[in-house]
Amino acid sequence: MLVKFKLNGVDVELNVKPGEYLLDSLRNYGVKSVKKGCDASSCGACTVLVDNHPVLSCSYLTARVEGKEVTTVEAIQEEAAKLSEYFSKEGADQCGFCNSAFALLIHALKHENPHPSDEEIKDYIVGNLCRCTGYQSQFKAIKAYLGGK
Amino acid sequence: MKKFKVVSNVTPSVDGKGIMMGRYAYTDDLAPQNALVIKILRSPHAFARIKSIDVSEAEKYPGVACILTHKNVPHVSFTRAGQGYPEPSPHDKFILDEYVRYVGDEVAAVAAVNEEVALEAMKLIKVEYEVLEPVLDFEKAVDNKSVLHPEDGIHEMFPIGFEPKRNIAAAYEMEVGNVEEELKKCDFVVEDTFYSQAQNHAMLEPHASNARLDEHNRLVIYSTTQTPFHMRRILSKTIGLPVDRIRFIKPRVGGGFGGKQAFHGEMFCALVTLRTNKPSKCVFTREEVFASTYTRHPMRIKMRVGATKDGKIQAIDCRALSDTGAYGEHALTVFMIVGSKVLPLYNKVKAVRFGGQVVYTNHEPAGAFRGYGAIQGNYAVESIIDELAEKMGVDPIKLREDNSMKEKETSPIFKIMGEGTEGTAMIMESCKLPYCIKRGKELIEWDKKYPVKKVGPHTIRSVGCAIAMQGSGIPFLDMGSCSIRLNDGGSYMVTVGATDIGQGSDTVISQIVAEELGTTMDKVIIYSSDTDLAPFDCGAYASSTTYVSGNAAWNAAKKMRERLIKEAADYLKVKVDSVEFDGSKFTSGNKEVTLDELSVKRFYNEDTHQIAVTESFHGHVSPPPFMAAYGEFEFDTETFEYKMINYVTVTDCGTTINPMLAKGQVEGGVIQGYGMASSEEVVYSPKGKLLTNSYDTYHIPTTKEVGNLISEFADSYEPTGPFGAKSVGEIGIDTPPAVLCNAVYNAFGVRIHSLPITPQKIFEAVKAKK
Repeated sequence: MLVKFKLNGVDVELNVKPGEYLLDSLRNYGVKSVKKGCDASSCGACTVLVDNHPVLSCSYLTARVEGKEVTTVEAIQEEAAKLSEYFSKEGADQCGFCNSAFALLIHALKHENPHPSDEEIKDYIVGNLCRCTGYQSQFKAIKAYLGGK
Repeated sequence: MKKFKVVSNVTPSVDGKGIMMGRYAYTDDLAPQNALVIKILRSPHAFARIKSIDVSEAEKYPGVACILTHKNVPHVSFTRAGQGYPEPSPHDKFILDEYVRYVGDEVAAVAAVNEEVALEAMKLIKVEYEVLEPVLDFEKAVDNKSVLHPEDGIHEMFPIGFEPKRNIAAAYEMEVGNVEEELKKCDFVVEDTFYSQAQNHAMLEPHASNARLDEHNRLVIYSTTQTPFHMRRILSKTIGLPVDRIRFIKPRVGGGFGGKQAFHGEMFCALVTLRTNKPSKCVFTREEVFASTYTRHPMRIKMRVGATKDGKIQAIDCRALSDTGAYGEHALTVFMIVGSKVLPLYNKVKAVRFGGQVVYTNHEPAGAFRGYGAIQGNYAVESIIDELAEKMGVDPIKLREDNSMKEKETSPIFKIMGEGTEGTAMIMESCKLPYCIKRGKELIEWDKKYPVKKVGPHTIRSVGCAIAMQGSGIPFLDMGSCSIRLNDGGSYMVTVGATDIGQGSDTVISQIVAEELGTTMDKVIIYSSDTDLAPFDCGAYASSTTYVSGNAAWNAAKKMRERLIKEAADYLKVKVDSVEFDGSKFTSGNKEVTLDELSVKRFYNEDTHQIAVTESFHGHVSPPPFMAAYGEFEFDTETFEYKMINYVTVTDCGTTINPMLAKGQVEGGVIQGYGMASSEEVVYSPKGKLLTNSYDTYHIPTTKEVGNLISEFADSYEPTGPFGAKSVGEIGIDTPPAVLCNAVYNAFGVRIHSLPITPQKIFEAVKAKK
């Protein structure tokens, strides 16, 4: 089936199987920044934005993005670069497999809730697992980034 | 503290920005677009013999390229462990075998044009099994009537106590002094038994590999491996393809923790590509990562410890039983670390004994995992030390302070116990453990909080502590090397075999090179872990990268500095010892030349040649990092649920080459260890199927379960390390089980003898006590 949507601001038309998930469609199309950590919406590594809202693309049918806007980290390069500096300062960049998903998530959080409390930040990112950092450095980096420090 | 310009300064990692920006860097990002997809048919039985396997229908399915079964792959026993040669693990595995030994073991591999076809074709494979009685209780494995490895052709590479007919993969015994005699003389003796579970690495990137043949008809394999050079050797020996026909490339790896030291899909990719002349790839599902790779070795550890009235610990007896699952990967070496990286902490004892067996069961195989036996040993030893302190009526911290390792001291264990063989005697040239204990105690405010405080109507807070040590590489065995060549313009191309798996070794090695050559990080370009382009390195394991590969890089940088000074002296026509080099300019009296100018001359104009060096390093010692850890937890006295409030670590890892990455290693280790201590429950069905095979059923810590982490480092300098550094990759994981166990005791007066320490277990123990 043919699905038409905007990918990072550009109109695309993908020929996908009816039951295909957005993660697979994007990676098959060549967008490899979206990662497959699991296949059950439990780890968050496949996060993309659909109409600026984070979704887990491993369990989001591609057919659902018809007419919508899909954003991957390629569309927020400057922001990702800036966030990485905060991650670096806190020692939060390790294996990085989950990092692009975090960048998208933080981008969405910033738009939804520009001045989140600590608990609100944690609630927002709790579904994105990380096995490297112990989370505290990551959390401090995100907090500093959102605070513009 | 010594002053450096690059080392020990806060320096961004060399790759953090590109990774965050989503640059394609991981194994599956780099798979050829048209690669055949390999899916693995796995055993539904814990133990069975394949009576017949018929792939004729599956092979006819449109789009299927190749099916591998035990009938058409080389039958050479090997170990997937990914260790040096000869391996201390038994060669007890075949690429595919007539026997399947756990639910999830490999039966066949199907390569097809896409995943869907591979999975459809897989359904057409007809397998007839003779179901055998599995061994699912590791305490009943030895001399069980079911024998996991009855087959011929398996063997040990050197004596490791391998007795497959008795289900024993390895065994070990050692004793210093006479433990029984010393225990008799003790005024206080405590004994207890501790069980730890089959923790899963649960790294975010699943195991992946892909293969292609290049224009020289050589096999090129990309793999999420921690050990590309060992992979090349093992693949070569197992499939009979010469080493020179194989190139292993480790791209960016999304977390390893030991779980990617071994072979997983690589053999299948190699065989499929060689047979079909087509590229292939194999990416594990999350369920496969959980159920069909490796776990930590579950263990039972029986402790007996004795002390005299004068406050001295006199004897330690540690008897362990380890479950290696279906195959004996890392069986002996993980087992030995239980003793060798824990017991030397208490080096003043008159007698110490360690021993036991590593047994086969029909569970997922166990293998390397950060901590590597030390976390299991730490849980047992550091729990029983608290029990001993209570029996003696002394403060548990005081007992540790009085009896633990100090600088310039040693332990006889270092000489006796090595990596599957004899060890190496060493004196602790750097050991700030006393400082770590003291400083940690202040940071947690122990005196205010110990043992327990009521903080709400039904909430209490208690504290617990533990100390730990690890190693820094395997002396006389592990080797790292580094090549540096000068570019025109005065930058350096650094190639290392060292394997960055997310821990930041590319950054750390760049810093070491930059520091020695007096340059800045932007002038150091690093490329690592490609067996064609980089010099040999044993790989990322045994806390070796900063110490072993870092020393190799330091040696290479020192050599490069010498070479450059000689080149400058030749160019300026002055004596070598008159030249000074500040990293960008050579000066001799009133003559000078910049590195930039000199490099251009040597590339294009005058006496042109490439300036390059290669140096190696292997350790003669394995200087241990040390740590003191303190945890504060809040318990609900009605539900027994708990949360971490504070976790303090003070670590002596020598110089922290990159303080933020070092902190990342400690905190990441602590939380991974806390997962094992608190929430990572492993459940098998009665027939041996792993039920906790997803992130939903196997609960690793999330951001909400992490308390306040306070992570400090002692001012320490290890004379044998690069710029004074020791390792820091593993030690963080060791303490949480004992710290939590001790805190639970301090809260409720009950000791939990198995991991994870769940509210249910605390509740049951409290109920039993009443």
